[in-house]
Amino acid sequence: MGKEIALEGNEAVAEAMRQINPDVVAAYPITPSTEIVQAFAQFVADGKVDTNFVAVESEHSAMSACLAAAVAGGRVMNATSANGLALMWEILYIVSSLRQPVILTLVNRALSGNINIHCDHSDGMGARDTGWVQLYAEDVQEAYDNLIQAVAIGEREEVRLPVMSCLDGFLLSHSYELLEVETDEAVREWVRPYQAINPMLDIDNPQTFGPLDLYDYYFEHKRSQMEAYPPAKEAIVAEGKRFGEVFGREYGLLEEFMTDDADLIVIAMGSTCGTLRDVVAGLREQGVKAGMLKLRAFRPFPAEEIAGALAGASAIAVLDRAASFGAHAGPLYHEVTSALYTFGEQIPTNNYIYGLGGREILPEDLQSVFTDLTQVAEDGQPVEPVGFLGLRE
Amino acid sequence: MSHYPPDAKWHEMERGGIIPQAGNAEEYHVGGWRNEHPVRDDESCIDCLFCWVYCPDNAVYVKDESVKGLGFSAEHCKGCGICAQVCPKDCITMVPGGDFEDAGDEPEEA
Repeated sequence: MGKEIALEGNEAVAEAMRQINPDVVAAYPITPSTEIVQAFAQFVADGKVDTNFVAVESEHSAMSACLAAAVAGGRVMNATSANGLALMWEILYIVSSLRQPVILTLVNRALSGNINIHCDHSDGMGARDTGWVQLYAEDVQEAYDNLIQAVAIGEREEVRLPVMSCLDGFLLSHSYELLEVETDEAVREWVRPYQAINPMLDIDNPQTFGPLDLYDYYFEHKRSQMEAYPPAKEAIVAEGKRFGEVFGREYGLLEEFMTDDADLIVIAMGSTCGTLRDVVAGLREQGVKAGMLKLRAFRPFPAEEIAGALAGASAIAVLDRAASFGAHAGPLYHEVTSALYTFGEQIPTNNYIYGLGGREILPEDLQSVFTDLTQVAEDGQPVEPVGFLGLRE
Repeated sequence: MSHYPPDAKWHEMERGGIIPQAGNAEEYHVGGWRNEHPVRDDESCIDCLFCWVYCPDNAVYVKDESVKGLGFSAEHCKGCGICAQVCPKDCITMVPGGDFEDAGDEPEEA
């Protein structure tokens, strides 16, 4: 049995890393993820892990070192935020192309400029096409649980993809919550020992990694990479179920909260789901058929499952904690409405952009969304394509 | 022979686009990039092998720790001139024109 203790999100992530005991961690500090690597470096200094810790001079170098260690055959982890992720950009694609299950904790923070250290999802949304699996946590417990599951998901034989385990900067990373921390033995047994595929250090079987790949083969390689994502979706469900069987907390691609008979459904990711859950429960007491769809896995995107969960609703709102400049709505809105269209659901859908740069999202903001949705359901069309919550206007 | 035939389909690719072979750069011919080529004066050459070490491709033939009497690979020399730059005896000259005869890696009969 584990024990219930109070930890900050960052401390919980560092604790999971200690229990997983990766072969290599190469990292460079950036707010609000700094504490994770700081705490982990202390574990290394105190001899509590066997990890080779590499202090590097930038995030580009951090991810490069992680890639090299993974190709060599190690289990590799790292943490960053916002501009740090942006500096890793080039290597993010190479890690997924080489099918290396590197695990990155992304503590979500607004990208500059102007400079802002607080939470939004612009970093994670920007990395949506890099080929990394992305999980978003609602609370500290989930941030801890997701990181452990990320290892098992990414390392599955048929998946072998890097995984980003995301938690909201400050809102979760610097908030103390009571959570269940499992025993070291139980976690290590659950994640299983790592078996690298085609490790470069297998010198009896020399191979060529990342060769020049022009118009003759690149396209075929990209197409074969796409084949890893349907199994990744299945892996998230299977490992979430296995996690539930051992630790009592089961996870999936998404969580449907009071959606079964809901007329009005709001979709969101991250810590806002905690507030949304309370608002929905309150509205239910008032007789409003409200529901929440919490998206845990943004990549691979569970399009069919979302369309299925939303079928039967009269009006939908998608909450985006990021802007997509030049697009007609936020990034999550595009994915959700595309899923609805593809799977034949014609439901009027509003988009709201909220919480940029750490702007608070309050229960009354979310209540106003449901008020809007009542009108949308009556009219059969969205109020306006994009609304803003918590913006002075 | 390359691991992948030219008509290999996407589902026949190895995971991560690796090539499960080593040393396959030999199959990649870059001689067509060349617009000048190296000529070595074997009388000044001291067999330091700098040209062989520094060549970014596989273009400098060497046998029994000697380059003397051997030429350069027409398939792998890009004409970059690094061998001429690094030669401590200045015995390699880059000559205009891409064409040269590749005599292979066997020493010429004296």
